[in-house]
Amino acid sequence: MTPQKTTPRRGAKTRTGSGAPMVEGSAWHTRVAADAPVLEVEDLEISTTAAPTQVIVSGVDLSLRPSEILALVGESGSGKTTVALAVLGHFREGLHRTAGSVTLHASTLVDPVEMTALDREVRRGLRGSRVAYIPQDPASSLNPSMRVGEQIREVLDIHAYGDDDAARAERVRDVLREVGLPDDDAYQRRWPHQLSGGQQQRIGIAMAFAMHPDVLVLDEPTTGLDVTTQALVLDTVRDLTIKHRVAALYITHDLAVVNEIADRVMVMQRGEVVEVGPVEQVLHDPQHPYSRTLIAAVPDLAGRNKIWEFEQRRRAGEFDPAEADDEPAESTANEPGTGGKEARVEVNEPARTTEAAHDDGVTLSIEDLRVAYGSNKVLKGIDLELQPAQTTLLLGESGSGKTTMARSIAGLNANWTGTIRHRGEALERSTRRRAAQQRKAIQYVFQSPYSSLNPRRTLEQSLSVPLEMTGEMTARQRRERVGDALDAVRLGREFARRRPGDLSGGERQRAAIARALVNMPEVLVCDEITSALDVSVQASIIDLLVRLREERGMTMLFVTHNIALARHIASRVAVLQQGVIVDEGTTEEILTNPTADYTKELLENAPDL
Amino acid sequence: MIARLIAKRLGISILILFAVSLIIFFATALLPGDPARAILGQQATPERIAAINAEMNLDAPPWKRYLLWLGGLVTGDLGTSVASGESVGALLGDRLGASLLLMVIAAVIAIPIGLLVGIYSALRRGRTTDSAITIGSLVLAALPEFVIGIALVALFATSVFTILPAVTMRPPGTQVWDFPAQLVLPTIVLVLAVAPYIVRMTRATMIEVLDSGFVEMARLKGVPERRVIFRHALPHAIGPVAQVIAIQLAWLAGGVAVVEYLFRYPGLGQALIDAVTYRDVQVVQAVVMLIAVVYIVVNLLADVVGILSNPKLRTGGAR
Repeated sequence: MTPQKTTPRRGAKTRTGSGAPMVEGSAWHTRVAADAPVLEVEDLEISTTAAPTQVIVSGVDLSLRPSEILALVGESGSGKTTVALAVLGHFREGLHRTAGSVTLHASTLVDPVEMTALDREVRRGLRGSRVAYIPQDPASSLNPSMRVGEQIREVLDIHAYGDDDAARAERVRDVLREVGLPDDDAYQRRWPHQLSGGQQQRIGIAMAFAMHPDVLVLDEPTTGLDVTTQALVLDTVRDLTIKHRVAALYITHDLAVVNEIADRVMVMQRGEVVEVGPVEQVLHDPQHPYSRTLIAAVPDLAGRNKIWEFEQRRRAGEFDPAEADDEPAESTANEPGTGGKEARVEVNEPARTTEAAHDDGVTLSIEDLRVAYGSNKVLKGIDLELQPAQTTLLLGESGSGKTTMARSIAGLNANWTGTIRHRGEALERSTRRRAAQQRKAIQYVFQSPYSSLNPRRTLEQSLSVPLEMTGEMTARQRRERVGDALDAVRLGREFARRRPGDLSGGERQRAAIARALVNMPEVLVCDEITSALDVSVQASIIDLLVRLREERGMTMLFVTHNIALARHIASRVAVLQQGVIVDEGTTEEILTNPTADYTKELLENAPDL
Repeated sequence: MIARLIAKRLGISILILFAVSLIIFFATALLPGDPARAILGQQATPERIAAINAEMNLDAPPWKRYLLWLGGLVTGDLGTSVASGESVGALLGDRLGASLLLMVIAAVIAIPIGLLVGIYSALRRGRTTDSAITIGSLVLAALPEFVIGIALVALFATSVFTILPAVTMRPPGTQVWDFPAQLVLPTIVLVLAVAPYIVRMTRATMIEVLDSGFVEMARLKGVPERRVIFRHALPHAIGPVAQVIAIQLAWLAGGVAVVEYLFRYPGLGQALIDAVTYRDVQVVQAVVMLIAVVYIVVNLLADVVGILSNPKLRTGGAR
C-alpha cells in the first residue's frame, strides 16, 4: 500500500481524522511529541559537477517544525531554489551535494531518513507524499496536456492514497474545496490553459496538499500573481499548514510577503546564510548589512522606505555598499568621480531647451482610446492626461490592458481608435507615420531586459540605432551621445563595448533605459520595467528614474502592477481595470482616499512591511 | 472543434492536390514525343496516328484534355498506357500494393525503433551512448540509400554470406509477399534510411521537454520515471516528431524508387522509372499523382496527431 517497502514498520497503519496516511509511533510522531523539528538540514554544501567545480551553496543549516513557516529570502542566484530542491533530495542537472545532510522525520516511517542519500525508489515514494513542492510558475509546471483533476489524482494514485478509487476521487474533491476551487467533474476535466494564473497556482497547491504532506516547499508561489490573488493564495497556504500541521519552507524575494506569512526568516546571499531569526527581529532590526540592504529596497505603500534615495543611502554607507550591488562590476561604474558628473551636465543642456518649449498645458493627452482584438475589447475608452515633468503610475493587473495602452501611446500598436495628442498635436497611430520629431519625443522601455537588447550587438551599436534613424549626427557625435546616455544611467561610457550577455539584469535594464534616453525624449513610457528584477535592483532603477526626471524634466508613464511603488516614483496614479480607468488622481488622493472599489481592494490586499 | 480543424486541413489538402494535378499534367504535356507514334512504332501511318489521336483525345485543346484526365482520375480511370496499351489502373494495381507493403513494413519497424532510440539518447544526454547514437545516426543519414543497399547485398547476399536473395523474383501470378525472404533486404535499407532522422528529431524534442517545468514537477510529485517519460514528456515531443515521420514516410513513397531499382522490386518506383524511359506519359502522370496523394495523406495524419496531442489546439485555446 505504502511505497516505503525497505523500512520496517512498527504498529498498525492508521489515519488521522482528516484521512492522512500515518503510522503510529512514526519518526514524525516522536518529533512532534518532543516539540522538535521534523526536517533538519545540516551544513549543506552543493557544488557543480563539471570541472572547475564551483560551490553554489555552502554551510546551510535549517530546521522546520510542524505548522511553522520558515521564509528563505535572497536575490536571484543566491541559491534559494537549490536549497529548496535539496529538501526533496533533488538536484538539478550539473549540481550535486558535496557535504551535509537533509534529515526528514516522516509520518509514515519509523526511522528518520536522509533525503540526499536515499534509495531512488524510496525517495520517489516520499516526494509528493511526505515532502511536497509548490513551484514558482504554475503555467509551466502543470502539464499542459493533462486535465487538472487528473494531475491531482495522479499524486494519489502513485502514492496509493486510501483504499480504493472512490476514496481517491473523494480526496480530489476535498482538496479542491480546501484550496477554494470548484470540485465538480466539469472543473476537473478542464485543461491548465483554461484556468487563470491564480487558479493554476491553486491546482499546484492542491496537488501538494493532496497526500497530507509533513513538509511543504514553496518556491516563490505568488510571483506573477496580482495582489488580490496573492493574498488569497497566501491565506490558503497559511490555513492549510496550520490545519494539517505541515512544516513549510517558503522561498521568496518579497519581504512584504514574508511579513504576511512567515514565522521565521532566513536570509541567503551568494549561497550562504547571512542571517536567521524571527520575522519581527529580522525585518525590523536586521543585523547583517545585506539584510539591511534588502529591507531598504522594499517599496512600501506609505513611502517611508524612500527607495528613491536608495543609491544615495547606499553610498553614504548606511549599509555595506559592496554587499548591495547586483554585480561587482557595477560598483566601479557607479563610483562617483568616474566622469559621470561632468557628463551629466552636458546631457542636461539639450534637455533644458526642450523643457523651454513646453506649453503650460499637458504633455500628452489621451481621449477615448479604444483597442479591440476581434470581439475582445481590451481598452474601452481611456481618457488620461500626462502633466509635464511628472510621473504617472498606470496601475493594473495582468490582462487589464495596461501594456496595450502603453504600446498604443508609443505607436507600437497601431490598432487603436481615439485621439492621442502630444503638446496639442494629434499623433498618427503608428510610429512609422509619425514625424521624426514626435518619434524622438516619445520613447519606450520594455519589460524584459533579457529580450529587448540584441545579444549580438555591443551596447554602443544598440544605442546608436535611434540616432542613425534621424541621420543628423556624425559618427563622432553619436558616440559622444551614447557615452553620455550610459553615464546618465550610471553605467559609465566604458560599457559601450560590452554586449548584453556580460551584463546582469539590472545593468541590462539600465542599458535599455539609456537607449531610450539617447534621443532626449520628452516622454518616457516604462512598461513594467522593474518586475523582472530583484528588489534591490528595482530600488536603484527607481532611484535612477526619479533623478532622471528631475534632471531632464521628463514626463513619465510608469506601468506596473505593484501599487506599493506609487509613493516611490509617481505624483499621479491611474488605475486600470479591464480596459477602463476606474480611479485617477494624485498619488496622495488615490492612496488615502480611493473612490473605486477595485483600488480599495488592491490597497487592502497589498502586503506591507 | 477537432472536426473543424481537421476539415479545414482536409480542404487545404484537396486544394493542394488540385494544384499538383495541374502542374503534373502540363509539365508532362511539355515532354517531347508523340504518344501515337510511340504506340504504333514502325506501323505508323498518318491515318492510324489520326485514329489514335482521336481515340485518346490527343487532338483536343490542352484544357479539355486536362479536364478529361482529371475527370478520369476522380472516377478511377487512370487512362491507357501508351507503351503496353493496357489500362494504367490494372498496370499499377499490383505495383502499388507491393510498394505500400514495403513502405508499411519499413514504417512499422522504423518508427518505434526511432522513437525508442531517440528517447534513450535524450535520457543519456552527453554520455558515451548518446554520442555513439548521434554519430551513428549522422553517418547513416549521410550515406545514400543505394550505398547502404549495395553494402547489405554484398554482406548478406553475395560476397560474405549468401543467406538472403539479392534481387526480387516474382513469377507471374504470384505476389511479392509470397516470398518474405526477398523483402528483408529492401526493408532493412529503408529502415536504415528513415530511422536516423526520427532518432535525431525525437532526441532533440525530448531533451527540450525533459528540461521543462512540468517534467521536473512530475518527478518532484514522485511520479515513477517510466511514467514521467511516457505520460508526461513523450506526448509533448510527439507533435514535432510526427511531422518528421510524415516527411520520411512521404520520402519513402518517392525515394523507394532507388531501392526498388536496386533490388529489382516490382513496385511503383520501378514502374515510374520504366514509364519515364518509354515516354509512357499516362503512367508517369498516374504514378506522380499517387506519390503526391501519399505525401498529402501522411502530412495530414501528422497534422491530426499534432492537433490531438495539443489540448490548446483541440479546445481552441480559449480560457
